Amino acid sequence: MPKNPEIKKVLVLGSGPIVIGQAAEFDYAGTQACRSLKEEGIEVVLLNSNPATIMTDKDIADRVYIEPLTTEVVERLIRKECPDSVLPTLGGQAGLNLAMELEESGFLKENQVRLIGTTALTIKKAEDRELFKETMERIGEPVAPSDIVEDVEDGLRIAAEIGYPVVLRPAYTLGGSGGGIARGPEQCREILENGLRLSRVGQVLVERCIAGWKEIEYEVIRDGAGNVITVCNMENIDPVGVHTGDSIVVAPSQTLGDKEYQMLRTSALNIITELGITGGCNVQYALNPDSFEYCVIEVNPRVSRSSALASKATGYPIAKVAAKIALGYTLDEIKNAVTKKTCACFEPMLDYCVVKMPRLPFDKFISAKRALGTQMKATGEVMSICTSFEGALMKAIRSLEQHVDSLTLYTAPSGEKRTASLQKTDITECSKEDSALPDENQTQTLPEAGIMECPNGYDFSRLDQDGLKRQLAKVDDRRIWVIAEALRRGISYDEIFEITRIDRWFIDKLAVLVDMEETLKVGPLTMELLREAKRLEFPDTVIARLTGMSVQEIKEMRYGAGIRASFKMVDTCAAEFAAETPYYYSCFDGISEEEGSGGTDVGYGGSDPAKTANPANESHPKKKVLVLGSGPIRIGQGIEFDFCSVHSTWAFAKEGYETIIINNNPETVSTDFDIADKLYFEPLTPEDVESIVDMEKPDGAVVQFGGQTAIKLTEALMKMGVPILGTAAEDVDAAEDRELFDRILEQCRIPRPAGHTVFTAQEAKAAANELGYPVLVRPSYVLGGQGMQICINDHDIDEFIGIINQIAQDHPILVDKYIVGKEIEVDAVCDGKDILIPGIMEHIERTGVHSGDSISVYPAPSITPEIEARLVDYTERLARALHVKGMINIQFIVAGEEVFIIEVNPRSSRTVPYISKVTGIPIVPLATRVICGHTLKELGYTPGLQKKSKYMAIKMPVFSFEKIRGADISLGPEMKSTGECLGVAETFNEALYKAFAGAGIKLPKHKNMVITVRESEHEAVVEIARRFQNAGYRIFATRGTARALNAHGVKALTVRKLEQESPNILDLILGHEIDLVIDIPQQGAERSHDGFIIRRNAIETGVHVLTSLDTAEALATSLENRTKELTLIDIGTL
Amino acid sequence: MKAFLILEDGTVFCGSSIGSDREVISEIVFNTSMTGYLEVLTDPSYAGQAVAMTYPLIGNYGICREDMESGRPWPDGFIVRELSPIPSNFRSGDTIQHFLKEYDIPGISGIDTRALTKILREKGTMNGMITTHAYDDYTKPMERIKSYRVTGVVKAVSCKETYVVEPSDPAALPVSVRTARKTETMQRRAGEGKRVALLDLGAKRNIARSLAERGCLVTVYPCHTPAEEILAAKPDGIMLSNGPGDPKENAEMIREIGRLYESEIPIFAICLGHQLMALAVGADTYKLKYGHRGGNHPVKDLDTGRVYISSQNHGYAVDPKSLDPQVAVPAFVNVNDNTNEGLRYVGKNIFTVQFHPEACPGPQDSGYLFDRFIEMMGGKE
Repeated sequence: MPKNPEIKKVLVLGSGPIVIGQAAEFDYAGTQACRSLKEEGIEVVLLNSNPATIMTDKDIADRVYIEPLTTEVVERLIRKECPDSVLPTLGGQAGLNLAMELEESGFLKENQVRLIGTTALTIKKAEDRELFKETMERIGEPVAPSDIVEDVEDGLRIAAEIGYPVVLRPAYTLGGSGGGIARGPEQCREILENGLRLSRVGQVLVERCIAGWKEIEYEVIRDGAGNVITVCNMENIDPVGVHTGDSIVVAPSQTLGDKEYQMLRTSALNIITELGITGGCNVQYALNPDSFEYCVIEVNPRVSRSSALASKATGYPIAKVAAKIALGYTLDEIKNAVTKKTCACFEPMLDYCVVKMPRLPFDKFISAKRALGTQMKATGEVMSICTSFEGALMKAIRSLEQHVDSLTLYTAPSGEKRTASLQKTDITECSKEDSALPDENQTQTLPEAGIMECPNGYDFSRLDQDGLKRQLAKVDDRRIWVIAEALRRGISYDEIFEITRIDRWFIDKLAVLVDMEETLKVGPLTMELLREAKRLEFPDTVIARLTGMSVQEIKEMRYGAGIRASFKMVDTCAAEFAAETPYYYSCFDGISEEEGSGGTDVGYGGSDPAKTANPANESHPKKKVLVLGSGPIRIGQGIEFDFCSVHSTWAFAKEGYETIIINNNPETVSTDFDIADKLYFEPLTPEDVESIVDMEKPDGAVVQFGGQTAIKLTEALMKMGVPILGTAAEDVDAAEDRELFDRILEQCRIPRPAGHTVFTAQEAKAAANELGYPVLVRPSYVLGGQGMQICINDHDIDEFIGIINQIAQDHPILVDKYIVGKEIEVDAVCDGKDILIPGIMEHIERTGVHSGDSISVYPAPSITPEIEARLVDYTERLARALHVKGMINIQFIVAGEEVFIIEVNPRSSRTVPYISKVTGIPIVPLATRVICGHTLKELGYTPGLQKKSKYMAIKMPVFSFEKIRGADISLGPEMKSTGECLGVAETFNEALYKAFAGAGIKLPKHKNMVITVRESEHEAVVEIARRFQNAGYRIFATRGTARALNAHGVKALTVRKLEQESPNILDLILGHEIDLVIDIPQQGAERSHDGFIIRRNAIETGVHVLTSLDTAEALATSLENRTKELTLIDIGTL
Repeated sequence: MKAFLILEDGTVFCGSSIGSDREVISEIVFNTSMTGYLEVLTDPSYAGQAVAMTYPLIGNYGICREDMESGRPWPDGFIVRELSPIPSNFRSGDTIQHFLKEYDIPGISGIDTRALTKILREKGTMNGMITTHAYDDYTKPMERIKSYRVTGVVKAVSCKETYVVEPSDPAALPVSVRTARKTETMQRRAGEGKRVALLDLGAKRNIARSLAERGCLVTVYPCHTPAEEILAAKPDGIMLSNGPGDPKENAEMIREIGRLYESEIPIFAICLGHQLMALAVGADTYKLKYGHRGGNHPVKDLDTGRVYISSQNHGYAVDPKSLDPQVAVPAFVNVNDNTNEGLRYVGKNIFTVQFHPEACPGPQDSGYLFDRFIEMMGGKE
């Protein structure tokens, strides 16, 4: 079936800001789909509120609208642009929901717009619980059987029908209390009696218990002609019960025989056929490990995180193919982009093993519960590819960049020889009992006595046998390390399986790694052992640590014997057909590949470097550049760095370079195999990068676009002899090293907040008292404000130094005067001589809130021309002093007439995508061309601060607090937001309104709000409260705040504090009638416990919480201006 | 113990010995299926060949003997990257290591199977030797390696005596088979009362099982059975099975199949059966460079335009140019390389396919062809 000629103009819906559960994968899918549509001559209109995405580039779509994803906006947009079709299946659940609303309201029909990709009925069948169950039953696909019962006998009968064990869930009890798992009738009766009594409506849901079953996923595609294929299946190492996004996942499945594999494959194809999906679809199964019994857990009738993973795991571009299918093509008409010879109607065959690991944010939210369950908590993920499972797992572990390089590191030193420096770190890292950590709201997961907890790791080796077994039963992100410890203790596979329900096959693989650790410890390190350790992907550093040798010794031994990484291609077909995809992974047990090498002499048992052909040995007249990606998405380092990496890669290509990307994040555009000339899907550690460098011999590497991950590799790259393109390594260092940086500031005569570098709490307190409280305390070398805190007294310092000492014993601690003022941010491009400043951004929140969590406004609305001139002058001076070639990002404080500098990053920053889009200046390509040797003038730009845009652009941070139980949501110097959205308009007020709307703040609803602020802010809150009152809000306040408000003529109702009897503030919030809570916590370490509970409960009941008065004021402004009609702006016209 | 794989082009891979340590010379082929190693090992079509699995981790779910597609493993050798040290599956009754030893199948593990696959892809299927003997000069056994030919394999794998497979009550099937093919058993027992003669050219068990499940009574005949004997039994339909080797080698069987063609009895043929039928009506077959072995090949039904993902295992193909369009026309084509995947015989109640609708291992998508066969026999809807 050829393309449907009626489709000419398509509206593509994006997924909005990055939140947990909806991350960069939709930028990847959307970008691929838009390119795929444009290839077909379709005019693409794109709507997405997220400015950090590549899909919102004017090169990707014909018309780009960075506007809130609301029905109001989509309707206006459809009326304005008159697309004939809407493609809703690439924007995650957000896009899908939006499309459904429009379809159900009849708007699409009215405006003669069709949904392509999938029909509304299909979406309904997959998403509506009852309809889905009905559909599955009709085609004989099992879903976990369940029934609601109202008396015990009924319950027992149903339970017997369903089969034990059953899960019993009383309806309407808080937190599922009274429920449980019944393994037999007796237990069932007991739980039922209790549960029925506890349930407010006297009902209990009886459900087949599938917890502990294998969780298996299939990615399937169907076209309009009914052709169906599976792209990939995946097996979760964690059994059913942990969200697949938080599970360690392996592709393809490892423990399924052909019978199980085909049974579920056929089922998935039957389901996609019955649902009539045209495009991609994800089916999740629970499979009983002791039988062929299975049930369908969920179907996603759209591309998803799993489909992004499947695409990267196989090389099969699901989104691209899904977009073509939406246009009417059939699978056999679409080319296989990898082999370029075969068609898209086939199933990829892997000849390697893929492991995905989640990147969880517990390093950011130390008070959060680590327990993993059905609510996803990961902000991002890494993927790795190797010829063995062990190798893939080891690579994935080190790709996470969580200071863990193997299954050993969570272990304390146990007598093995170590180098002196390592020993020191190990001891300090593990020298603190976790009970000292701030641990609010700890009810369930009280840590086991004896677990040594430190910010970067946990030591399970000191747990006694029982404690270890209890720890094994805890489902959290550290479980494979606990299993490793259990294996070291000789706990049997069966027992570990019984506790964890993790398949014995995986346990055995962990045992292989543990055995290797032990063998290396015992020694001696023979060549054979070294070869095997490398096959299992033990990094040289770990081998050195275990054997007591130096890294250099290991490396020399390895190189001497020719034990080096070789590179294999991901080609979708297990080498059955010649492929042209330049998509590689490394392994230590194979022969490197080169197109056309028949390999006549393979030699004995593997890789002789002299003989191995490799992908790099072709003759390359072009200069080669290595672009280092930014690894997994985490708080503080998000999708924006992927935007920068990709644009830099494209710009280098335009400059005539051969481009090579190294990255390990399966959710991103940069790891799509057609972005760079070559893609290496590898961990971003010095050793892994060196293997690639050894083979590719690049002419240079660029580190300034890959965030801190890439910057951290600068020194290692220099040691390898790879020139750093752009700003030199020593200048990068100068910006990061406090002393060097202070010297430069002095030279430039630029003031910074007074501060001292100290090593002990004593020195810190002395410094603080000299500077005067409040002070900002932080370890040097930090990312995203990690470990940074405002201290208001000596007590705070004592407490805080205790914590940061754990991370940063070797690094000094910085104590700075905390200056209250406006925070200003500048991104600039410098060619070594001239500087171009696209624009100046101002934060709405005062200093003290991390820039990534602040609302940022361009152009800066409230700075005077004099200040502006000074900002420009300082920026120029600094860029020159640091010999910046490429990007620089500077953060300033403006306090009255004074301008201080607080931070300089000689690299691309979080704000670059947004400022590029609103100014229309392609900052990253520009910086890249400057790095290649062009001058700004040569490129047609006038240096200096560029003319202000006639539009205001407001970047709004978006948080995922409701997903992370136990996380404190109050804003401070440590970044907490996961994503952002943008509001663009001609006026500040409209832009602000759009920004809030884009962030999902749709007010007013009930017109009730709660205000509780610390005493020092009582006065400041009055005017804000008055504005909310004028907007029609009824205000509840705690006693002190209420008194202050009433005294100033703002009517406020007093509510009881948390510790007082009901009804108190908590009941009010849980009553679901509150729109908003303004809660300004105490500064410093001693934040009120009550406040924490109030904020958590508010967030978990869907109430908006603001912890900064500046944000509250901005929201009031937005509310006052909400009646106006929105003007939609095509970014391409800016 | 060290083991070596010596290819006839002079390439030598060094790995570890698995299974038997006896030396073997065979034709080396590769299979890209990610699951189903036991079905591959017990597929009689691999007789005379040593098979390399491109998926690197083999043996993960052990050995479930009820999944065997014939009474024993047939390949001369087995080549893998890594054998799982422990099997993990609720049905597993054995390890693959032990299974190979039990049947004296030599093999090699720990080699770069992807590199091997690329050699076979580039240079075509070739002979090789698996040995634990460390030759100081690899040219020594080369003459022996080069002179190896796959011959007489159909006779070797076919059953020796006629036997009957009763229609099966789906409920009586092993639970594994039943659940795994739930969608098929959901179909009506349309073949009730039909009697099928299955000519065993190296048949996989699931061919007879697929028919029996649909209610047919299947009589399985040895490959050398004269046509008269089969025709005399007056079956409602004749099924020609898959099998190993060069189809042209089987002149006698081709002649007998020609006689079956002359009868008016509906015929359905798979793989070697498909090739022999084509040869019987005067068409030609040729050897593919490196064959199709795996579970991901797309085949297009030329009547409907629908594409199905199929299970495949063949080194030879029917040359569609050699077909007399008055006699047979292509019914299926391989979407990857446009080779012939099936024929419809003009004016006859005969159709044949190159791929494996019986799956095992591989996708079950083309299982509907058994229903079509039953329809041809006049089975009830």
